Amino acid sequence: MDKEYVGFAALPSQLHRKSVKKGFEFTLMVAGESGLGKSTLINSLFLTDLYKDRLIPDASARLSQTLTIERRGVEIEEEGIKVKLTLVDTPGFGDAVDNGDCWMPVVRFIEEQFEQYLRDESGLNRKNIQDSRVHCCLYFISPFGRGLRPLDVAFLRAVHDKVNIVPVIGKADALTPKETQILKQKIREQLEEQEINIYQFPDCDSDEDEDFKKQDAEMKESIPFAVIGSSTVVRDGATRPVRGRLYPWGAAEVENPHHCDFLNLRRMLVQTHLQDLKEVTHDLLYEGYRARCLQSLARPGARERTGRSKLSRQSATEIPLPMLPLADTEKLIREKDEELRRMQEMLEKMQAQMQQSQGEQSDVL
Amino acid sequence: MSKGFAENRTDVTMSELVAEPRPKPAVPMKPLGISSNLLGYIGIDTIIEQMRKKTMKTGFDFNIMVVGQSGLGKSTLINTLFKSQVSRKSASWNREEKIPKTVEIKAIGHVIEEGGVKMKLTVIDTPGFGDQINNENCWEPIEKYINEQYEKFLKEEVNIARKKRIPDTRVHCCLYFISPTGHSLRPLDLEFMKHLSKVVNIVPIIAKADTMTLEEKMEFKQRVRKELEVNGIEFYPQKEFDEDLEDKTENDKIRQESMPFAVVGSDKEYQVNGKRVLGRKTPWGIIEVENLTHCEFALLRDFVIRTHLQDLKEVTHNIHYETYRARRLNDNGGLPPGEGVLPPAPASPCPATIAE
Repeated sequence: MDKEYVGFAALPSQLHRKSVKKGFEFTLMVAGESGLGKSTLINSLFLTDLYKDRLIPDASARLSQTLTIERRGVEIEEEGIKVKLTLVDTPGFGDAVDNGDCWMPVVRFIEEQFEQYLRDESGLNRKNIQDSRVHCCLYFISPFGRGLRPLDVAFLRAVHDKVNIVPVIGKADALTPKETQILKQKIREQLEEQEINIYQFPDCDSDEDEDFKKQDAEMKESIPFAVIGSSTVVRDGATRPVRGRLYPWGAAEVENPHHCDFLNLRRMLVQTHLQDLKEVTHDLLYEGYRARCLQSLARPGARERTGRSKLSRQSATEIPLPMLPLADTEKLIREKDEELRRMQEMLEKMQAQMQQSQGEQSDVL
Repeated sequence: MSKGFAENRTDVTMSELVAEPRPKPAVPMKPLGISSNLLGYIGIDTIIEQMRKKTMKTGFDFNIMVVGQSGLGKSTLINTLFKSQVSRKSASWNREEKIPKTVEIKAIGHVIEEGGVKMKLTVIDTPGFGDQINNENCWEPIEKYINEQYEKFLKEEVNIARKKRIPDTRVHCCLYFISPTGHSLRPLDLEFMKHLSKVVNIVPIIAKADTMTLEEKMEFKQRVRKELEVNGIEFYPQKEFDEDLEDKTENDKIRQESMPFAVVGSDKEYQVNGKRVLGRKTPWGIIEVENLTHCEFALLRDFVIRTHLQDLKEVTHNIHYETYRARRLNDNGGLPPGEGVLPPAPASPCPATIAE
């Protein structure tokens, strides 16, 4: 008699198929002073030209500029898997003469996304919750400084408990290998000293193979990642054409692990830890926000505001939430849009199937 | 400011004779009524040689200030410029260098000698500039320092019993380090240069230029030049002080094509093509500091030291110092000054401080 076989080992592949159908959403924020190569790096990472029509303002225009938050969306598809990537940019950060509190709009933005999600989660119709929470923040550190500057420290401390921070050294081709090592060491020390929590890579399981473990350890060692970005292709002598920056003294290659940590960053961000970043955002950061939020409402001071003293997760009716600027109608419109898009896709698929079966029929005939 | 007035003062107060870097050929003056053909060789042209000898004996002062955010390579560049460890590099990573809360002014003097000529070089560092979160008015301590040196000199001049050679601590040249973002000037750069270009010679340079490709460098330089022009910032060599056509054409070329110089500094040597050169070694090549196809360090060095050193001092003395002196005397009703230092230019008013 055959060994008892129930068949639930097929569960992971079922999940996989379902999530492939659903598609992935990911929101990535980039922050840091202007001129550190942020836009070029994003273009290099996702092989897109998200910043094609960008106008760079000159200094006198920047004298009175305040920090703005910009969102760009792009859909990337690779081997049948769709990723809806949203990029959040922070132009104007650190540009002014007086940058006091210039990070407040960023903090507020991140919290607004949490608020929105909290509302959605506690609302009546939870079918199409859209996750616009920021899953990861790439923070660019200048290679010209001597580690973290006061502004870097202030920003990181304001957001480290709200978003996964991945520190990155931009324009790393300004540094020799030794200088890079020293700078990384200095930054790591400063992060520890200032008690800033950056995103911690989970330790790989003990049953992974040696190669993977070695790669993982290497990756952890190279934080903060020193990156070079480029969308131009260079031909350095006899070698094959690669993406890089051509100087009179040689060509710095983006994807060469001896030149910079671009490959590590890409592997980490896209290939191995995309899902983990989302999970940490949901399980740790969002829950932390939610707990703080609800706790502050449960305090006596909040009673006047809400008129309620008891809160329970089960009551899906009225939960007093902090005031949101987003109108309900807008949210409804968004949900409807999402449903419409899904139905359109299904329709297209059915049409394609019908055409295929028609073709088969004619073949038979 | 009449030139004649300046020339007079040159005789009286320029107690240090300095040799012309490029001696102009002696033009014989036509004395009235006497034939211009000299009957023999008199030897007037040996004055050049005499001046040179005197300079070698007395030596001369040169004060250079460096301004820019920390980490832009200021100390390394000064060491490379003067080929000696004249600037204590605060980049020694072992020491815990905290960024100072306010801008500090640190002046360090050295005597360096070359070809029998002694130069008393003073490097004035400004740690803390532009490093804080709020950098409002961070140029004020710098402006105050510069004016204090003018005040010191003025006091000495006005003395009844004057020293034979007034020690010159005035800032002759201010190197302003622009961060190589590749985009444009930062608002802080504009603010600093707007305020300080009226009191001192500013030479803007693009620091750590090995991070830009050739096209990026050209574009960035053009954009920076345009921004400086649009904002009315006159960096050294200022257009209005060109003395003659020769100067003008030479300086025009420098102003419109070369400046701001995109430089790379280094104090390490590497072997390239059998020669030992100063440079930076990266995995993709060695950047040679003195190679003109790599960066413009050699242009900066020639400009500041080999061709315009004397001019920098003269413009400081004849123009900037005179402006300060005139304002000071005016404020005092035309009388020699008593106590106090002139407050900075109206752009940033602050109460006058008592000097010493």
